[in-house]
Amino acid sequence: MPDLQQLYDAVVNGDYKAAHAITERALAEGADPLTLVNQYMVPAMDEVGRRFECSEYFVPELLISARAMKASLELIRPLLVARGDKPVGRVAIGTVKGDLHDIGKNLVASLLEGGGFEVIDLGVNVSPEKFIATIKESQANIVAMSALLTTTMPSMKTTIDALQQAGVRDQVKVLIGGAPITQKYADEIGADGYSESAVGAVALAKKAVAAPVA
Amino acid sequence: MHTTLAHLLSNGPVLTDGAWGTQLQARGLGIGEFPDLWNLTHPEQVLQVARAYVDAGSQIILTNTFGANRIRMAEHTGAERVEEINRRGVELSRQAAQGRAAVFASIGPSGKLLLSGEVSEDELRDAFRQQARALAEAGADALVIETMTDLAEAKLALTAARETSLPVVVCMVFDSGKAKDRTMMGNTPEQAAAALTAAGADVVGANCGQGIEGFATICGRLRAATDRSIWLKPNAGLPTIVEGRARYNVSPEGFAGAVPELLRLGAGFVGGCCGTGPEFIASAARVLKR
Repeated sequence: MPDLQQLYDAVVNGDYKAAHAITERALAEGADPLTLVNQYMVPAMDEVGRRFECSEYFVPELLISARAMKASLELIRPLLVARGDKPVGRVAIGTVKGDLHDIGKNLVASLLEGGGFEVIDLGVNVSPEKFIATIKESQANIVAMSALLTTTMPSMKTTIDALQQAGVRDQVKVLIGGAPITQKYADEIGADGYSESAVGAVALAKKAVAAPVA
Repeated sequence: MHTTLAHLLSNGPVLTDGAWGTQLQARGLGIGEFPDLWNLTHPEQVLQVARAYVDAGSQIILTNTFGANRIRMAEHTGAERVEEINRRGVELSRQAAQGRAAVFASIGPSGKLLLSGEVSEDELRDAFRQQARALAEAGADALVIETMTDLAEAKLALTAARETSLPVVVCMVFDSGKAKDRTMMGNTPEQAAAALTAAGADVVGANCGQGIEGFATICGRLRAATDRSIWLKPNAGLPTIVEGRARYNVSPEGFAGAVPELLRLGAGFVGGCCGTGPEFIASAARVLKR
């Protein structure tokens, strides 16, 4: 059995080749896939998040750590699915209608995947109808919306209102983020949560799925 | 120093312009519409914005070409009108300036991340080269590469822009990290200023990001790290949303009141970014006794 501390280190240091190789060997030698995730990879991403919060890490480090996590999860996920383990949650994510900016959204999507969520990425300029259809089709339990522009933020409210009207609002937690977004705005439009950073978004999503849907 | 810049700076610090997007929205640009396309479809409104800044006292006005690179445009309107939009952008600002202001043409980021492989270095370089060339051929006095979050992309844009022989301003957004003094990628003002200076920028600076109160520190740090002129275009604070519209909490007077400190710290060019308008520039002009 390889030293699994190396898996932790590979994720923290963003070494995707090492993450992949160690995971492959560990699984071949009979390691429990869920143990790899919960005892090594999730704590590693937590450490990455901690370093981001105290400005030791920035976006480049987040991206390479998320990539390492993903390299490992690609091997692990099929095993979990095969034995019927469910993902932490299912997220329908997109940049809201009228807004074509996707850097922040993509970062959140990859960190959520790294955090064990199944992510359905709807892309940019996502209409309320598309969010609604996705919730119905995929049974997503989180809707994550991004907006970069002050002019497109109101689409978040429009989308939440549309979810309400379509009768699916209660099936999901709605999380929002983006440069101009504030907690105050999230409260005003009736979102369930807001995060200032991509790292915070993962913690927020975990909290959201842990709490019962209203 | 490039003669264009030396001439502008010969009478002291230079007042530039404020935001364009919000001004176009006030004239009917819809949410999610591509502002740059208005150079072709609503030239009169674009001209009005440019004129409002010249009338307010802007010695430099930019162009409505921030997003007119083919990578960004491919998502909006298709990329085949890149050159036309850039050319018209310069023509409209030139027409508004009537010799009363210089025209510095705006080049914004691609909106894609190099690091995650969404776009390649070659694609970025080619896109910026095409835009810079179109702006230069239309008669821009200088090029302004602005709102950059990734130093690597900024340098690619700079390299492409320098091929035109026009003076080039490069400014980054510093809004990340605990002290809100890093780029999204983690670069400090010192690192950005040094790298951009080494790569041949004529002017380096900061725009957008946090409100004007955070710009004093950034200005001082840029100043200490380069011998080039400093360009600053702060936001009017961070917005709150009132009835579906962004409202910025800094008044034109509040904004203008912060400008002398930025000049004292060494800024050569000052204007505004998101949330600022012609009245902010007019107010700054009064403070500077222009």
